[in-house]
Amino acid sequence: MGSLNQLLRRLPVWAVYLLGALPAPWLFYQGLTGGLGVEPIKALEHEYGELALQLMILTLAVSPLRRLLGLNLMKFRRAIGLLCFFYVTCHLLVWLVLDVQLLGQIIADIAKRPYITIGMGAFVLMLPLALSSNNLSVRALGRTWTRLHRLTYAAALLGSVHFVMLSKGFQIEPLIYLGLTLLFLALRLPVLKRSKNPTSPGTPSRT
Amino acid sequence: MARRWTNDLTLADSTPEAAFWNRRQIMAGLAGSGLAAALGSRARADEGLEPNSWEEVTSYCNFYEFGTGKGDPSAYAGRMTTQPWSVRIDGLVDKPGDYSLEQILGEMTLEERIYRFRCVEAWSMVVPWLGFELADLLNMAGVQEGAKYVAFETLYRPSEMPGTAYKVLDWPYREGLRLDEAMHPLSIMATGIFGKPLPNQNGAPLRLVVPWKYGFKSIKSVVRITLTDEEPPTSWNMANPREYGFYSNVNPDVSHPRWSQASERRLGGGLFAKRQPTLMYNGYEEEVASLYAGMDLAEYF
Repeated sequence: MGSLNQLLRRLPVWAVYLLGALPAPWLFYQGLTGGLGVEPIKALEHEYGELALQLMILTLAVSPLRRLLGLNLMKFRRAIGLLCFFYVTCHLLVWLVLDVQLLGQIIADIAKRPYITIGMGAFVLMLPLALSSNNLSVRALGRTWTRLHRLTYAAALLGSVHFVMLSKGFQIEPLIYLGLTLLFLALRLPVLKRSKNPTSPGTPSRT
Repeated sequence: MARRWTNDLTLADSTPEAAFWNRRQIMAGLAGSGLAAALGSRARADEGLEPNSWEEVTSYCNFYEFGTGKGDPSAYAGRMTTQPWSVRIDGLVDKPGDYSLEQILGEMTLEERIYRFRCVEAWSMVVPWLGFELADLLNMAGVQEGAKYVAFETLYRPSEMPGTAYKVLDWPYREGLRLDEAMHPLSIMATGIFGKPLPNQNGAPLRLVVPWKYGFKSIKSVVRITLTDEEPPTSWNMANPREYGFYSNVNPDVSHPRWSQASERRLGGGLFAKRQPTLMYNGYEEEVASLYAGMDLAEYF
């Protein structure tokens, strides 16, 4: 793990931003040129949404990974979080502009369809997080910043529930995302935090 | 051919020339098989509605027995054995039994029907089907007095259907119609598209097509047809009765909890395709509205 961490230390954050953002224009290009099949609007919407969810789960994984496995991704957490917000925004824009198109229907959908209400809720919760993801805000807000950024937990939960609710019938994939979200949230519970902390070998292990 | 209903959608005029000539070649290839005569004699009308492409119709499918992704059926349905194929027709019929596909086709005359196809997910296509009227099949078996509904079942063969490993729905897939809906001349059993045999992902070798209802009513790869006196259970209604009714007639005014049904997107328009308004009964109001006279369509959705 030490050598992996050393390798990661040498990876500049801007490279993560760049690599992480590239799929967005690439997928859009694929949609334009037939690479996403005969219904590119839905396909693009799903691709962006799924990427956002994956990045969201990755941000939740950063601190448990460090605590339990010693893998240090802290340096990239802000980048991962902002990329997640970027894909949520892309997902929302495709839905608004390309998919639903009509303003009246957009408003009706947000109000009447619970999975859309919940998805919008997740986006709204992420707005202050994205806006305060800069050093200035971290300094200015102090402890409030930490508390504010616990909104991530709620946004992640809403995002994965959104995916479960929009799926027709009983489907496995969205449940895996929800399961991972719940797992990484559970690992933050004080009781689990203590018992699984490898840095304090004195505590009895439950595993 | 029954000729109880005359097609008002044709490929001519509105079809791009290349596609048109492609069709002529298909028809030339069919010459002598009896199909060409059926196709050639179809009625011509002024209204032209351009069918979707072969690729669109065959690559974007819902057939959850092969997976929930739109591309899963075209990727995995190839392994479904469709020969031999038989359909069990039972319940309130004079001549119940297992009818082989050959036996059925021997009694039926195929004709082309170009129908709008509207999915409950608010996308749509235009498909040139090849098939025969369901009424002819039911009459072959002899519908008994007292039959009020027709129940259908899709093949359930887990060894050839990877999607059935998950209980996405309560397999086998089931659908149903009221008898008068089933006997309506618009209701057909399709055996082909674009003048060719049905690809597996589109419900080979024999599927129902009811163009004024949402697509999931048009059950695929049918192995059983049962005449009953009670409304039969149907798969999506069993899975979620609040969202999917027994009737599921296309209706822009009755909103689905997940999707507004007021508009739809015709496949094939690319990334900037505009939505278009959804038509009552998917554009077949004139033909079928009388079936539902006096019914509250919001209640019987």
